Amino acid sequence: MKKRNPFLTTLFWVFISLLTLFPIYWLFVISVKPAVQLFSTPDLIVNNPFWGNYTEVLGNRLLRSYMINSLVISTGNAVLCTVLGFFTCYALSRFQFRGKESIFFWTITNRMAPPAVFLLPLFLLMTQVYRIGDFTLLDTRIGMILVYCTFNLPFAIWTLRPTIDAIPRELDEAAYVDGASPWKVITEIVFPLCRPGLAVTLILTWVFAWNEYLLAATLTNFEARTLTTGLSEYVTTTGTEWGIMASISVFTLIPALIVFGLVQKHIVAGLTFGAVKG
Amino acid sequence: MQSNKLGWILLAPTLVILFFFGVLPFLYVVFVSFHQWNPFAASPEMIFNGAENFRRIVFDDAFLNSLGVTVMFVIFAVLSELVIGYLLAQAFMKEFPGKSIFRTIHTLPLIMAPIIVGSVWKLMTTPSIGIIPHYLDEWFGITMNIGTSAPAAFMTIVIMDIWHWTPLVTLTLIAALVSLPRDPFEQAQIDGANKAQTFWHITLPMITPALVATVFIRLMDALRTVDEVWMLTGGGPGSSTRFLGVHIFKEVFPKTNYGYGSTISVIVLYLTIVVCWLLYVSMLAPRKNRKG
Repeated sequence: MKKRNPFLTTLFWVFISLLTLFPIYWLFVISVKPAVQLFSTPDLIVNNPFWGNYTEVLGNRLLRSYMINSLVISTGNAVLCTVLGFFTCYALSRFQFRGKESIFFWTITNRMAPPAVFLLPLFLLMTQVYRIGDFTLLDTRIGMILVYCTFNLPFAIWTLRPTIDAIPRELDEAAYVDGASPWKVITEIVFPLCRPGLAVTLILTWVFAWNEYLLAATLTNFEARTLTTGLSEYVTTTGTEWGIMASISVFTLIPALIVFGLVQKHIVAGLTFGAVKG
Repeated sequence: MQSNKLGWILLAPTLVILFFFGVLPFLYVVFVSFHQWNPFAASPEMIFNGAENFRRIVFDDAFLNSLGVTVMFVIFAVLSELVIGYLLAQAFMKEFPGKSIFRTIHTLPLIMAPIIVGSVWKLMTTPSIGIIPHYLDEWFGITMNIGTSAPAAFMTIVIMDIWHWTPLVTLTLIAALVSLPRDPFEQAQIDGANKAQTFWHITLPMITPALVATVFIRLMDALRTVDEVWMLTGGGPGSSTRFLGVHIFKEVFPKTNYGYGSTISVIVLYLTIVVCWLLYVSMLAPRKNRKG
């Protein structure tokens, strides 16, 4: 094979990266413009950045509480989905029972539901059925953590399955022979071996929950409102405050960027959707 | 041997949560799909109308149109994502300076919320304020208006989707390519196979499961997407970008036809499950043969 020119290779990747980064860069450009400048000729470079949108967002107590809600809900949901997904996959991988593969496929069908029409049943169930006295799940963090399981738990199960299937059964069996309890085998032998897969699942479910909009917009009111729904509060009848929306968007990007950066190198190994490691 | 009881105990929490937040809402939607219902009206009674909603769907041009638009979208967007994603995955298999940085940059769109992706692309493409129409006009004299031109709106959404989701395809295909055995490739080289032959007879069959799995995930999400498209075009102009997810959303919210919206959802969900099941079976079958 012929040797590639390293200069051309780098040029190619710089070009691809510019294409990828442009919309993100543009988000930043809009966030440092005052509203009046939005409608003038678009400039590629910002000469004198205007930080008013950021100070506005940082100074807003409501948005700060939305951010905390978002953090609590997505972290809670990611941990719950990863742990339950792990248990489920362990059961599917190590036990023989009828309808096992059907259960596996059925879990993903929950992710396929068109969200718009499921909002109202969820709303009704949460306010009227799933309640203890005056306590309802609507507009609570715990409620949102549970609701997000509908699309995140199946995803966790489908990404974790190959990881657990790839761990040799002989390891569990040897531990049982040595007299370990099933709980000990699951938590002290299989769980640590799954760490890369678990990390990827945790991060991706976290990002999905953090980014979710439609369900949060309908099922939260004030107490558990998330940062993405905070965006829509700047689309008003008198016009859209794009600058503020853009700076909130930049704020939603930062935590996602940090967590994503942490597991970059594991992501490829974990993202096989049950397809590769047969 | 371990008892099955433990297996069921481990499964129980998942089954319970999915039952309460997946199955019960779905059963409710199925129930509503046999009624005419506007829960937001002054007199929100549910009126049973049998299979009327299901009869109506067959003759509903708006539904059939949105089905067509969705199929077109899946063909254009998912196919491009597979081709671009494969080429980039192959490129990432080689060693070059700055590889991990470029890979991180390439993955960035994945972490963006659909609602934000929709907003940014709207800001970039809206006539009079957007940078893309501005430079298209200044440099090439092309007028681009996603508010009035159906092809422009449709293509913008396709490009936005390619931008947002190609990284996922690249990542899954890198995972697949990394795990391929070396021997068949060396053998092919000895036999003097050219690049196209190697791809067609060796690489493609071996990465098919990963390709199918990726199509599966993308298809599933493409059929239910709302926020991205809603933010960018609102389904318009006309009904050119009214995908199934958006169609249901419009039927339920602005028009408040809850009963009919439920019917469409049931049908769409059913179609999704059937298509995904077929893909899943085709993905599982070669795996079983290999083991057997």
